[in-house]
Amino acid sequence: MAFLLKSAHVVDPQLGLDDIRDVLIEGKEIKAVEKGIECGEDMEVIDCSGKYLVPGLVDMHVHFRDPGFEYKETMETGARAATHGGFTDVATMPNTDPVIDTGTGVRYQIDRAHAANLCHVRPIGSLTRGQKGEALAEIGDMVMEGACAFSDDGHGVQSAGMMRTCMDYVSQFDRVAIAHCEDESLTVHGVINEGRASTRLGMFGWPALGEEMEIYRDIELCRLTGCPLHIAHISTAKGLELVKAAKAEGLPVTCEVTPHHLFLNEEDISSVYDTNLKMNPPLRLKSDMEALVEGVIDGSIDCVVTDHAPHAQHEKDCEWEIAFFGTIGLETSLPLMLNNLVRTGKMSWSRLVEVMAVRPREVLRLRPVRIEVSSRADLTLIDPASEVTVDADYFESLSKNSAFLGQTLVGVATDVFVDGRHTLKDGIVA
Amino acid sequence: MEQLAPKATIMDGQAMERAVVRIAHEIIEHNEGAANIALVGIIRRGETLARQLAQAIEKIEGSSPKIGSLDISFYRDDVTRNIAPVLHSTNIPFKIDDAHIVLVDDVLYTGRTVRSALNALMDYGRPRTVQLAVMVDRGHRELPIRADYVGKNVPSSHEEDVRVCVKPLDGHDAVEIWDVKKQEIAGGTR
Amino acid sequence: MLSVKHLIDTYSLTADDITQILDTAASFEEVNNRAIKKVPALRGRTIVNLFLEPSTRTKSSFELAEKRLSADSLSMGGSTSSVVKGESLADTIQTIDAMNVDMFICRARLAGTPQKITENTDAIVINAGDGKHQHPTQAMLDLYTIRKNFGHLDDLKVAIVGDLAHSRVCGSLAPALKTMGADVTLVGPPTFQVDDPDWFGCPQTSSLDEVIEDMDVVYMLRVQLERMEGAAIPSRREYNRLYGLDMRRVKRMKDDAIICHPGPMNRGMEINADVADCARSRILDQVNAGVLTRMAEMYLLLGGENNGVSA
Repeated sequence: MAFLLKSAHVVDPQLGLDDIRDVLIEGKEIKAVEKGIECGEDMEVIDCSGKYLVPGLVDMHVHFRDPGFEYKETMETGARAATHGGFTDVATMPNTDPVIDTGTGVRYQIDRAHAANLCHVRPIGSLTRGQKGEALAEIGDMVMEGACAFSDDGHGVQSAGMMRTCMDYVSQFDRVAIAHCEDESLTVHGVINEGRASTRLGMFGWPALGEEMEIYRDIELCRLTGCPLHIAHISTAKGLELVKAAKAEGLPVTCEVTPHHLFLNEEDISSVYDTNLKMNPPLRLKSDMEALVEGVIDGSIDCVVTDHAPHAQHEKDCEWEIAFFGTIGLETSLPLMLNNLVRTGKMSWSRLVEVMAVRPREVLRLRPVRIEVSSRADLTLIDPASEVTVDADYFESLSKNSAFLGQTLVGVATDVFVDGRHTLKDGIVA
Repeated sequence: MEQLAPKATIMDGQAMERAVVRIAHEIIEHNEGAANIALVGIIRRGETLARQLAQAIEKIEGSSPKIGSLDISFYRDDVTRNIAPVLHSTNIPFKIDDAHIVLVDDVLYTGRTVRSALNALMDYGRPRTVQLAVMVDRGHRELPIRADYVGKNVPSSHEEDVRVCVKPLDGHDAVEIWDVKKQEIAGGTR
Repeated sequence: MLSVKHLIDTYSLTADDITQILDTAASFEEVNNRAIKKVPALRGRTIVNLFLEPSTRTKSSFELAEKRLSADSLSMGGSTSSVVKGESLADTIQTIDAMNVDMFICRARLAGTPQKITENTDAIVINAGDGKHQHPTQAMLDLYTIRKNFGHLDDLKVAIVGDLAHSRVCGSLAPALKTMGADVTLVGPPTFQVDDPDWFGCPQTSSLDEVIEDMDVVYMLRVQLERMEGAAIPSRREYNRLYGLDMRRVKRMKDDAIICHPGPMNRGMEINADVADCARSRILDQVNAGVLTRMAEMYLLLGGENNGVSA
């Protein structure tokens, strides 16, 4: 099957391309990128005028709850959500039950994803066995089965000594250690940003320092071990300053931010106690939020990720202090970025493609996707004018715990190609 | 705002004073003197009228009867519609057990206020008798209640509001008839 | 009529609301002092006391207030609570709501619980304490006690002393006092101080001795031993020495200054026994005011519903 994408506005900063092109997909690859390709036989022609064609989007931080919590999300429903959101690749965090800490676990996730046959699923293995922070996981075994990175996301490795061992060990493979930065001796019972929000709503605070101290620690461990380090879901201005300084020194440090930390802050948490706004790390100050937006625009933040964290209704429809942490994000990430940053002119299309497609592939050591001949046909087609209303019915995800429910956003992916297969067709998941 | 006038004035100050004196005489006659009676005015205008009655009785008998006031806010059967903006505490500085009580109110209408007042009174003790004195009886009773002493019977319709004005609260003494609708437009509540 | 439908927190209350509650409470004084301490104001109304966290004082105060207003009440919670059995709050509330009740009085371990209840019922909700968040009926009884003593609230200097960070009493009293024009100072060891005193608009200090002479009211908080979790203070003895109200400190207070405490007291820790019982102490007045103000709150909130009988 061949697809001819006519008159798409192609954006690929890797090639300096930002212009109207026709793109021909044949088999798993891009066969031609030209101005005006003749329509041949056996070609499905898709009129892309007014739409943007970009290298397939990658979300390098999602939680598909498979195995163990399939009532929240399975590999299949997660892949459907990813596809609906415009993604060709996702990297899944290992905090499942059992934890993905062996090659077998990695293989299980990859096989399940193959069965779903939608997007590429790239498992992230755990750093420590059972994410307990006590002993090394079988990192080499997992690399050989296809793990793309390593992380104890959800907790973080509490002991500096253990983290050093992990990073030392990972440094022999060409993989990053992804750090969930949370010093639990400081965050203890914290459920909301410490300061105005914790005082106003009368709950234990999760101090910014609990995150920043560990960012500092892990940057120093990166310097010591040489292991590439990626800071997960950065949420404060100070944390970002630490990363910037490390980059300026030439250390192999990267970082990511979530749409909820870019577009929400603690002031959005009202006395209604909307538990969909309960996150880890928590929503921070407005000034933090603004610094993070600046970081995405100026390039100091490498990737936008969702930390897609599905939870069942009964785990969210309860009192804040006992509600689970997290929001789903795969299906709102691109619309939020388009609506809030690209449409407003704060950010270029090229920069959007860098943070949502190019840099995540580099961090995860995935083969690059470029819109040029013989590149793998992993592509996302975006309608910048189409409107979406974020309500429960909108989601393909099994869980509906979105922090952005009720919003209307402009700009959404309409079509996705994965290995030349048409996985999202005019907004409908195949 | 436009100053609205009553539709009619039924009694002026002099007429009210004459009614008070007459009721005082009736109370004394009925109770064979004023030694054993106590007046309890229903807050707010009943309280003023009770004081006027006590003065009239004192002029006739030489000594004033005991006098108290009763706030029935917590006894109303329409709390859900009408929360008084200001509550006035009940003040009954005497034992009402075995006393002959004369309840005093300004207007007798549905009878519900008196019903509430009777209930309230019973929570303070067990009077020997309870009598009722009102300045105006306007009819339309919804409960089996009647007044023992009436200043004036004023036949009225539901669309009308019969107001007893007293100097300490309203600046003048009078009984007036107001149009309910106009009163609502003026936002007037008393 | 109050400007709020529910009583969830104190910072939603206007000065007018608070004055109305206190004035109404004052008119209940007379009811509480007579032989028959009962009025039919809430006859036939059903009130559910949902105490998801153990409480003796607040619960009995509410129960008495309900009885004196002739309301029908039902108390749930403690070991009988289905929440303990794993039922969600929403299910518990919807189940009770289906039985057609008029009001919930809710005490809970978790902040925001009363707000969640309002989302699952049309009944009116009074917060009887939620986690570390708010305890508005405690604040009203405190204000009543203080106003009754001084005749006013504005320009009074009030120190709230002790375990500020874990205290819903502080969280609701400080904003209510500020609304009424009082001057509030928060006093406690740094490990007990609130994360953001600016939210209350109050200065915060760790020295009781520096401020005690200026205060009209010294409000001692209970040290929530059961909430301390870790080691926020080294010992009872040291806390008493640094922050406890003893006679030495009491003697330095202004002549007409008073002492309050929400109870139950840890005698010998935040307050010494002789101080608790001294002439300045208004602790038992607070208990009495609790019934009065709770009667007022229930009367004013349930009176606001427009489904009554004709006049």
